[in-house]
Amino acid sequence: MDLQKFINNAVSNWMSGEGEASDIVISSRIRLARNIKSLPFPFLATDSQAEEVLQKIEHILKSAKFDEKLELIKMEELTPLEKRVLVEKHLISPNLASESRKGAVILSDDESISIMINEEDHLRIQCLFPGLQLKEAKKLSDKIDDIFEEHLNYAFDEQRGFLTCCPTNAGTGLRASVMMHLPALVITQQINRILSAINQVGLVVRGLYGEGSEAMGNLFQISNQITLGQSEDEIVDNLYSVVKQIIEHERQARKNLMENSGLHIRDRIFRSYGILSYARVMESKEASQRLSDVRLGIDLGMIKNVSPTVLNELMIMIQPGFLQQYAGGILSPEQRDERRAKLIRERLQMENMN
Amino acid sequence: MICQGCGQKPATLHFTKILNGQKTEFHLCENCAREKGELLPGGSNGFSIHNLLSGLLNFEPNPSYGEATSYHQLQCKTCGLTYSQFTKGGRFGCSDCYSYFKHQLDPLFRRIHGNTSHSGKVPARSGGAIKLKRELEKLKQELQQSIAREEFERAAQLRDRIRDLEKNISQDHL
Repeated sequence: MDLQKFINNAVSNWMSGEGEASDIVISSRIRLARNIKSLPFPFLATDSQAEEVLQKIEHILKSAKFDEKLELIKMEELTPLEKRVLVEKHLISPNLASESRKGAVILSDDESISIMINEEDHLRIQCLFPGLQLKEAKKLSDKIDDIFEEHLNYAFDEQRGFLTCCPTNAGTGLRASVMMHLPALVITQQINRILSAINQVGLVVRGLYGEGSEAMGNLFQISNQITLGQSEDEIVDNLYSVVKQIIEHERQARKNLMENSGLHIRDRIFRSYGILSYARVMESKEASQRLSDVRLGIDLGMIKNVSPTVLNELMIMIQPGFLQQYAGGILSPEQRDERRAKLIRERLQMENMN
Repeated sequence: MICQGCGQKPATLHFTKILNGQKTEFHLCENCAREKGELLPGGSNGFSIHNLLSGLLNFEPNPSYGEATSYHQLQCKTCGLTYSQFTKGGRFGCSDCYSYFKHQLDPLFRRIHGNTSHSGKVPARSGGAIKLKRELEKLKQELQQSIAREEFERAAQLRDRIRDLEKNISQDHL
């Protein structure tokens, strides 16, 4: 597959680098967990009950009026590699890819909407937007939720709100999260102080792939922990205002870095750019770190011939699933390190030609 | 120590698996561990939120339940999940579990959310009656306030709206 075609296939709307504060906020996501009354949650459901959920949703997809063009993809129709690519694009969870029965995902054309079926809950409506666009994502997810609710009896209780499989999601069922690139706070070692403050206001910080994953390439995912007792607007407003403050801290830290150690930062950024442009073997951890440096260089105006969205794309494309998809087959870890270096080199060369 | 997977890189991760009394040790580099799925994000071997929850769930039984009905014997009649299974797995089996385990849940929700009741979106269909009830409560509060402020014209309007709403609710047998 030629690189341009591969890139076109690889890029989702959320990587487009648009939206408020897109120099620091990569993407904003809203997820709503919903269940159908009178059917057991997916982990307890029989195959026929899981099938019933799937059929109900398929029927709604055909009969209801959605503004967007939506397509349903069943997990059983995908190869393990294709599923992995969807996970790496953040369109489905690892759980749906590996453990669900009768699992499926509904995607919009630009992939800003992804609705998982038979994951931990019957329905998980997700809207993923580039930059800081929490309110926009909330509005869209709310609209889709209303359409489903017209056709389904949701499991809902006056006291506990939307009833979910896991008690950590009950109430609004809403998880709002923002992915942020915070290199200057990491370099200046302020990040731990800020992260512990975040934990004290009912928010959690995770790595790139959610629960249990480490923060790669200075990317942090910040989301609400509390879903019961606060309204949807309160949750989103709270996260929004904390994110705004972190953006300010990161901007200030970048400014201080430039003023106090400009030469060293410049050196670090151009070294990383040089290595990414010429290396022949690249492990994913190093690649994430070097890409983070280059992205910082672009944001600080040092590197002018690379578009910031390339970095958003590359962060995803250097993951194992994508590398193997591009190579057209299974690769050993060593082969992947070689392919990864090659893909980054080719991609950066393409930028220079533009 | 060299990684047992690729035989090239140094092993940085060391696992011990005990399966049916058989102990096996693994020494892998990060890449091979990922390959084998041991480190896959969200993978089944990872430490999950449900493990954490089961720790939170094993608290003292509610004193209103006598010894005869130990809370561990509670069971959801719809899906069959026992309270004991719930405390181990950290997941409800169906939406009715929320009713069958009702008396046990307040401390849990307080621990997780610092709160026990929902104050957000009420769905139009499944929550129709609740929506009307909430609206009614709001109007009654407003009525009290306007009486206190001696705004009698406004109070009369509110009273009429409350009557209409109450009529709607009783017609719907809600």
